[in-house]
Amino acid sequence: MRAEPKTFHPLLVTDEPSETVRYLTSGVLIRLNRVTQELEPELAVSWKTASGGRQITFQLRDGVSFSDGAPFSAEDVAFTLRAMMDPNLRSPMADSFGPGPVRVEVSGTARLTVTFPAPVAGLERLFDQVSILSAQSPKKEMAGLGPFLVAEHQPGSHLRLTRNPNYWKREASGRRLPYLDSIRLDIQQNRETEMLRFRRGQIHLINNLDPELFERLAAETAAAAQDAGVSLESEQLWFNQVARAPLAAHKKTWFRSRNFRAAVSQAIQRQDICHVVFRGRAMPAPGPVSPANRFWFNAALKPAPSNPAEALRRLQAEGFELQAGLLRDRQGNPVEFSVITNSGNRNRERVAAMIQQDLKPLGIRLNVVTLDFPSLLERITRNFQYEACLLGLVNVDLDPSAQMNFWLSSASNHPWNPNQKSPETLWEAEIDRLMRAQAAAVEPQKRKGYFDEVQQIAVREAPSIDLVFKNALAAVSPALRNVTPAVLRPQTYWNVERIYFAK
Amino acid sequence: MWIRRAVQHVSLILATLLVGGLLGATLVRMAPGFGVDPQELDTRLSEASLRALRDSHAAERNVLRFYASYLAGMLRGDLGISYSLGRPVRDLLAQRIPTTFRAVAMGLAGGWLVALALALPAVLSRRRACDRLALTLSGTLLCLPSAVVALLFLLLGGPVPLALAVVVFPRVFRYSRNLLLEAATLPHVLAARAKGLGGLRILARHIWPAAAPQLLALAGVSVNLAFGAAIPIEVVCDSPGVGQLAWQAALARDLPLLVNLTVLVALVTQAANCAADLAATASRNPR
Amino acid sequence: MKNTARHLAAGILALVFSASLLAGLLSPARYDQQFRDFPNASPSRQFPLGTDELGRDRLSRLLYGSRVSLLLAPAAALLATLLAGVLGATAGYLGGSPERLAAASMDLFLSLPWLFLLVTVRATLPLNVSPLVSLGITFLLLGALGWAAPARVVRAGTAALRDSEFILAARACGCRSSRLLLRHVLPNLKPVLSAQFWISIPVFIVSEANLGLLGLGVAEPLPSWGNLLRELENYQAVLANPCRLAPLFLLVLVMGCFQAILPREDFTA
Repeated sequence: MRAEPKTFHPLLVTDEPSETVRYLTSGVLIRLNRVTQELEPELAVSWKTASGGRQITFQLRDGVSFSDGAPFSAEDVAFTLRAMMDPNLRSPMADSFGPGPVRVEVSGTARLTVTFPAPVAGLERLFDQVSILSAQSPKKEMAGLGPFLVAEHQPGSHLRLTRNPNYWKREASGRRLPYLDSIRLDIQQNRETEMLRFRRGQIHLINNLDPELFERLAAETAAAAQDAGVSLESEQLWFNQVARAPLAAHKKTWFRSRNFRAAVSQAIQRQDICHVVFRGRAMPAPGPVSPANRFWFNAALKPAPSNPAEALRRLQAEGFELQAGLLRDRQGNPVEFSVITNSGNRNRERVAAMIQQDLKPLGIRLNVVTLDFPSLLERITRNFQYEACLLGLVNVDLDPSAQMNFWLSSASNHPWNPNQKSPETLWEAEIDRLMRAQAAAVEPQKRKGYFDEVQQIAVREAPSIDLVFKNALAAVSPALRNVTPAVLRPQTYWNVERIYFAK
Repeated sequence: MWIRRAVQHVSLILATLLVGGLLGATLVRMAPGFGVDPQELDTRLSEASLRALRDSHAAERNVLRFYASYLAGMLRGDLGISYSLGRPVRDLLAQRIPTTFRAVAMGLAGGWLVALALALPAVLSRRRACDRLALTLSGTLLCLPSAVVALLFLLLGGPVPLALAVVVFPRVFRYSRNLLLEAATLPHVLAARAKGLGGLRILARHIWPAAAPQLLALAGVSVNLAFGAAIPIEVVCDSPGVGQLAWQAALARDLPLLVNLTVLVALVTQAANCAADLAATASRNPR
Repeated sequence: MKNTARHLAAGILALVFSASLLAGLLSPARYDQQFRDFPNASPSRQFPLGTDELGRDRLSRLLYGSRVSLLLAPAAALLATLLAGVLGATAGYLGGSPERLAAASMDLFLSLPWLFLLVTVRATLPLNVSPLVSLGITFLLLGALGWAAPARVVRAGTAALRDSEFILAARACGCRSSRLLLRHVLPNLKPVLSAQFWISIPVFIVSEANLGLLGLGVAEPLPSWGNLLRELENYQAVLANPCRLAPLFLLVLVMGCFQAILPREDFTA
């Protein structure tokens, strides 16, 4: 774990360490298989959606009990859902299900129907994030249905989980899972230290391994360094298109020009970035969605090769002129702008340095400014005092409906121009229309059609330049068996109940 | 007489702490990035939730009001609740202070011991080579960033206090060497030497009183130095002390925690320097 | 023997200084040119000291970085030492409650979280400052923030001197306070001030790199010894690529030579 978990309440989880603890200690109705990206029954043996995503009926598993022995029934699910949608609790998951009160009808101990006021797109896979709490247990949220339970918490140092004796899952032979007796989650921020301890055998699994460390590990113990393939994590560069931003007027014109953005995108050598910064463990981004997202990725999109000559031509078509090694716009202003990025991430700083060099032949002068994360956040969400921003975006969810607030022009999380009262360009309006259409539609193929078009527009207009998609790298101790790192979180231990030590 | 002096000292310390806390709080509040939560980037949140998130910092917007409520809480023994870690500040500090204090105390002691051990031979024996070697060693250690020192210790498996000692030693050595050497050139010391008095005697009776005030002041300042160095070392070594807490609080702009940490550091610094001053005055008076 | 050492040191320093001034002629490549096919290369004829993680020639970066660090770090150290000397001596000399107040404010200065002031300074600067301006501001900040600790030691020293015989004698002769400070007190504070100066230079060189984390400091792609030293944080790579120690070695060498040539550091009679 890279930080201290902030909460042990499964419904209030916002940060990654808390999510790790939640994954290991609580159970969900429907599980998304991290490798196949298909939904699997977990605590619910079957389910059925109705009325266009507004209603879902679950048939629950029998004979399941919580970690402290309290029996599991539909009442617990009802209790959890009501608690989650309670506005006083302010659970971050509640927003995914839409506003308004939820109606739960329990019919028997193992069957219930949940009705939402508005249709929810992709309703089923949302339940992968909803951990079931016990309605009656005296331990409240600490009683879980997951393979492990929290045994010891040493703040600032580590967290120890021991196996849940009442875990419901069994292997084919009937033996109760999990195989492991306990898990120790160490709070370790320094990656070098983490790798050192891995080598010494004190740590067995590392997620999100740095490419440099991966390379070194692969050189020593090839079996320990595992590359799960391209992940959902990207690096993106976008320009500030906010109308009221405190920028010079001529810069605003540049950033709003499609040819300018596309030219910058074409000038960047993505292959070099993958090769030098990420040691080949990344791929140039074909668009805003990663190929790892098997269903939703628009397979027609291919990464565009870099072409500085073409980029220059585009700029010249827009009225820019290259004079004595310096690019100037129509009014003669030299093209110079800054890109801000967060300072904790060495790889990102290197990417910025490489982009700086890539833009030099075009006569564009790029200033790289590394800021601490809160200052950067303030600039991109509050006062818009920035020109370009280089950040990595992590998509935890596969379904595009989870990213509505990224794509809608009126949303606060729309990076390059949030909170637009009405879409300021035609393509913004088009994206709005398509995203709303995919959210309203029920049929997956129809939704995919809409979203494919959104991706096409994003590549054409390049409001945010998608640079690379990084691979999911993990370190797995040779002493463990059955570990198959996936691309989705939690990479190495998504099947933690089946992991065991080799004898 | 000394009661009045003591009361004056204590009231000055308290006043400084109050002002220090307020200044620290103002610095944090006015710095960019205050009140901005990384959670805001979560695309799943609706507009209402985002607004609620942004408003959750409203209580801390007005620095004076926040500080007043903080002081009122402190009188009750409640130091506030850390925003980024969600736990009472008192518990956090109670857990982490012993680790850091132990490391700092050992690091300071170690650093001073080595520094004096290397500086004294230079003063007493006047052997050039010894002095040059010590200077080179301290010079090399000065050029290493604290993070690198910490990493080296991690690699070699050394304890955190040793890393602190390595950071403290070169700075203390330089000063103390210069001060002791300067004191050794004073006329009465040379006279004592000419009379044939032994090295240790000269040291105790002549050199030490001359250099004492500044050395003691240095000791007071080195406390603050050690605390400052503890932050990067604890962060790199993942040692659960106050330094690591301070770093995380700074990154998260956690106002309640930072105000408490500022007051704590100010208290320790003041106490150390006050003690140094008193010791210096005491060593001066017998003359 | 002593003269040979001094001459040798002077020679080395002259070499380093001229190399940094002539960096344009001497470096095999531009300091920002990325040889993307050779990241982290070992030393070879093309790259005498190897390349860094982006394929930039380390020797060129070292030479250009010398300019920044050798010029500005001593300047900042001088500023910090002067401030410490003046403020500390004045405080110590005044005595009584002004001295105690000054001491308290110095303690306060030491305890405040200056990280936030630095971040605020960065926020008030425009994003597109010229490298020269940002450098200047960086080292001004370093100098302005580094005075409090030595000032306290200076204050203690001055307070001790204040009641000593020769000061009293000088005052009895009717010597003015300012003259007293300049001609009698400050020279006696030389050990502390010179120690402070020599300590500050490498510390500031390293601190400049830490300021880079906040957006101040030397901007990409300009090299400085500070950000070259940051490469050492990847310690396992250092074992594989010992050329990363070159800036450390050079820094220690330069500091050592400085001390060898400057006379009277021993205060021996």
